[in-house]
Amino acid sequence: MSDVADRVRKIVVEHLGVEEEKVTESASFIDDLGADSLDTVELVMAFEEEFGIEIPDDAAETIQTFGDAVKFISEAQ
Amino acid sequence: MFDLHGKTALVTGASGGIGAAIARALHGAGATVGLHGTRLPPLEALKAELGDRAHVLPADLSDPQALAALPKQAEEAMGRLDILVNNAGITRDNLFIRMSDDDWDDVLAVNLTAVARLTKGAIRGMMKARWGRVVNVGSVVGATGNAGQANYAAAKAGLVGLSKALAAELAGRGITVNVVAPGFIATAMTDKLNDDQKAAILTQIPAARMGDPSEIAAAVLYLASPEAAYVTGATLHVNGGMAML
Repeated sequence: MSDVADRVRKIVVEHLGVEEEKVTESASFIDDLGADSLDTVELVMAFEEEFGIEIPDDAAETIQTFGDAVKFISEAQ
Repeated sequence: MFDLHGKTALVTGASGGIGAAIARALHGAGATVGLHGTRLPPLEALKAELGDRAHVLPADLSDPQALAALPKQAEEAMGRLDILVNNAGITRDNLFIRMSDDDWDDVLAVNLTAVARLTKGAIRGMMKARWGRVVNVGSVVGATGNAGQANYAAAKAGLVGLSKALAAELAGRGITVNVVAPGFIATAMTDKLNDDQKAAILTQIPAARMGDPSEIAAAVLYLASPEAAYVTGATLHVNGGMAML
């Protein structure tokens, strides 16, 4: 779990250019981390690549926060 | 100017006159080119003419599976895909009241829906690379309309709307989406016209001649180049003044 969280955090920090401390469990990509809607699509693409999983579009729409992403990826692996 | 060394480009409809000219222009500027078409002999001949940095990628654009596979095949053949030129097009002309549903559907499928599908497949890599060029070949008819071409005009006008929406979505990612709209260009498509028809059309063109495919290719080359980074959502009309839009 923590390994997944670290890898997800690294992607979010790199992609959105935010401070690591801001990427908290409940941090919303759009509301708290300054992502636009296309950024969230790109994050999902990056998660798919990093973890070798497929995230269907309807599932991708439910991934709003850092915590959502870690939870989804942990369960998908 | 217009140096495309290190860039890769997929040109659809490269077996036709305008598509082949576009492939030659991009290749001449240094790009590696993927030559899409449905007829193999002209594609193989073009590849032989260009020599290095050319790949033949046949596909039927009315087949959804082939459409989904083509951008991937281009990426596999060339390493990645930087430039997509949606040039392939068909006509099924008839007066609208006599136009069959199939003629409508076929023209919309190849000239509009296939462009959307191919572009969707191509932009993923461009988004990652933060650089990309989509150039869609439209038609003057998309802006002016033309009797006997309701299907073609609708598809080409649709291409403009599609291009503008994508331009807005992708501008922040270094990807531009533009249209080149040819007027009356000397190709196999216009060879079908008889001399009287040609003469009638020429009276409508201030330049008083047909365009050459290389003149369309030059416009595409510009829009594909790094120099055109600030041009997006635009339609560049290349029509000898036939319609000044």
